[in-house]
Amino acid sequence: MPAKKDKTNQAVIRLNDLSKLFDSLIQNDYEILGPTVSDQAIIYDKVSSPYDLPKGIIDRQDNGQYRLVKDESQALFGFVVGPHSWKKYLYPSIQEIWRAKKTKTGFGIIENSDKPIKRAFLGVRPCELAAIAIYDKIFMEGPYADPMYKQRRENSLIIAVNCTRAGGTCFCVSMNTGPEAISGFDLVLTEIIEKDEHYFIFETGSETGTQILSKIPHKEAQENNLKAKDKAIERAKSQIGRTLDTNGLDELLKRNFDNPHWQTVAGRCLTCGNCTMVCPTCFCTTIEDSTDLTGSLAIRSRKWDSCFTMDFSYIAGGSIRATAMSRYRQWMSHKLANWQDQFGTSGCVGCGRCITWCPAGIDITEEVRIIRESENIENTSIKARM
Amino acid sequence: METLERVLKEHPFLKGLEPRLITILVGCASNVVFQPGEFLFREGGEANSFYFIRSGKVMIETFIPEKGPVAIQSRESGEVTGWSWLVPPYRWHFDARAVELTRAIALDGKCLRGKFDNDHDLGYEMMKKFTAVIADRLDATRIQLMDIYGPQAKH
Amino acid sequence: MARKQSISVPDHVRQPDPMATGVYIIKRVIKDTHDTFTLELAAKKPSARKTFLPGQFNMLYVYGVGEVPISISGSPGDLDMLVHTTRAVGTVTKAMRKLKVGDAIGVRGPYGTSWPVDRVKGFDVVIVAGGIGLAPLRPVIYYLLDNRDKFGKIVLLYGTRTPDDILYKNELKKWRGRFDIETHITVDRAVGAWQGNVGVVTTLIGKAPFDPMNAIAMVCGPEIMMRFTALALQKRGVSDDRIYVSMERNMKCGIGLCGHCQMGSEFVCKDGPVYNYDYIKNIFLKREI
Repeated sequence: MPAKKDKTNQAVIRLNDLSKLFDSLIQNDYEILGPTVSDQAIIYDKVSSPYDLPKGIIDRQDNGQYRLVKDESQALFGFVVGPHSWKKYLYPSIQEIWRAKKTKTGFGIIENSDKPIKRAFLGVRPCELAAIAIYDKIFMEGPYADPMYKQRRENSLIIAVNCTRAGGTCFCVSMNTGPEAISGFDLVLTEIIEKDEHYFIFETGSETGTQILSKIPHKEAQENNLKAKDKAIERAKSQIGRTLDTNGLDELLKRNFDNPHWQTVAGRCLTCGNCTMVCPTCFCTTIEDSTDLTGSLAIRSRKWDSCFTMDFSYIAGGSIRATAMSRYRQWMSHKLANWQDQFGTSGCVGCGRCITWCPAGIDITEEVRIIRESENIENTSIKARM
Repeated sequence: METLERVLKEHPFLKGLEPRLITILVGCASNVVFQPGEFLFREGGEANSFYFIRSGKVMIETFIPEKGPVAIQSRESGEVTGWSWLVPPYRWHFDARAVELTRAIALDGKCLRGKFDNDHDLGYEMMKKFTAVIADRLDATRIQLMDIYGPQAKH
Repeated sequence: MARKQSISVPDHVRQPDPMATGVYIIKRVIKDTHDTFTLELAAKKPSARKTFLPGQFNMLYVYGVGEVPISISGSPGDLDMLVHTTRAVGTVTKAMRKLKVGDAIGVRGPYGTSWPVDRVKGFDVVIVAGGIGLAPLRPVIYYLLDNRDKFGKIVLLYGTRTPDDILYKNELKKWRGRFDIETHITVDRAVGAWQGNVGVVTTLIGKAPFDPMNAIAMVCGPEIMMRFTALALQKRGVSDDRIYVSMERNMKCGIGLCGHCQMGSEFVCKDGPVYNYDYIKNIFLKREI
């Protein structure tokens, strides 16, 4: 598992040598997954060379808006996060849990002997590292662990990328998750484009990372390189356009369970569940049992689910959360408040996806602000009446 | 009379009532016994009594032509039954039938109404107690109405 | 204010795969009422037999149909027979009702927190059950009767919709005949020849023979019944931290990872289903939480 950043291993790799990274990974039997353009979005899919990366393409994101545009800078990692997150590979949307065969005495569960696949995640953003750390806590450190997650996680190589440009909906600074990667990676890259130079600063975070770096022609990073890196990351920081005040946030939301504002949001929320699909920390699933046509083989699968559906909280008699208001409140309260009680951290990493992909353009940072302010207004009006 | 006074003093419904007031009640009280199947009162009859149940069980019921007798609620020892004597036009709304051998103390409603008119302290104390009982019954009835165990219910 | 319950997960459930399903064979099917039935199961492999605590549940799997959480309703002392009572209300439970002796059924668990049987020594124990809520409480009654001298009075108050919905009629008869347990039954509406109590189960609490200063109450039934029961117990003088309830929510995994059973910050499958009322009472007041 990747350890904290090792400051002594900082290298400079030229743009033209980046393909050696891919070669090294392929030689080590890694399936490389990274950002690539598909259907007018940047998603995470198989990539085999730097040519698969979205060179010179950046994203314009805002409430309910996502657009790719060409950028003059020709950066390979100029964009930020898209509709996919790494849960696609660590906690896939459909996962077979077991198969069972019908037998004379009932049924028997078949042992799974699939060999694990080694995957390299290329282009993991700092907010995504935080999301993966949250998943680690949920699926490996609780009283019940998920062996399938553990296996995928242990066979995943994490190559992070520091953000040098903020996305339109990002607020990682408020959530203390970026724009710089601090830990949780095997390697982290920072793309530097200065005048006529285009290179990457590689930093290692584990033995495996060091080993991979050794296969790529590189120079030791000099002070001017590191200065450029700091400058690029600072630029990203200064571009962040949204904030979420996390001060006493979980008490705030719990206190405001009956705040009439929830009803206002409900008027806009379509309960489509997009936010839960794109959120890198949402983990709710459902179990589906099915058989083949003859009934001789039964399969149990786990599929992504969303707390926004009516089925989600259904028990004989009806749904516990029947109104849209209660379901929106559940999602936001879980993400920002209950998660603290359950896992000791916030559930939000400030990636902004829920803001971008919400068809109604609901902004979680704005909703928090409104609820906070509604308390101030109350206090003000009480004072005015005195 | 002395025995009646002691029994009334110990009945849960009258807990906390001043001895002076209990003595007044005794003046309207009498011992009664009902055999299984016997009615304490019938729907439509003049409501001129209420009962402190000492032992046994009484079923409050009504008769629906297609269904037969339908039980509303049951009353046991330590409980009281009948309050139509408090509210004009003083007529019973339901039947009360002893399901087992039932011993009770019957209080004459006309007698009591007179005593309440004369002694407002007694009237007030007793009204407080009846109101509490009626509130309980109303709660219980409402829960019964909700049919919480019905096919649509969680359990 | 009661501390958040910590759970200790037995090793056999923790490692290596908490989703692993064991195969059990149906040894007996009992039709309790028109929609409720009891299955008695034996592990296919004797080594697979697991102990459980009263109040816990298993995830029961009907081949090819699906899985549902069902409370264990048998005796914790009986290692050979695993007993579950359930209502046939959904796809899976309706399919389960069609199973016959000799059929196989998948079992995962036991999961969840238990009734506080370790806490009640020396206390009067009041058990209030509504409808099928008697099923998760029956293991407690077995446990109490097996260790009778350790407790004060044992009072069972049981309410159902009609006399036809009364579960475990034979056992109730036996318990009513015993002197070391007080059993009172009531129905919401009487039909036919019923001469017993008529009225909601809360009406039995006011005069039940237990010492409210030294009693622990365990309550199970529809949420609204538990709410009103708690009120009636409070009226009697039982303090909130001596009342226990069992919550129910949609469950898919039973191990706190699918997210469905959440109730505020609680995962009912692993932080519950049994809760100390003092701890959980605020939840009852929050609609659609």
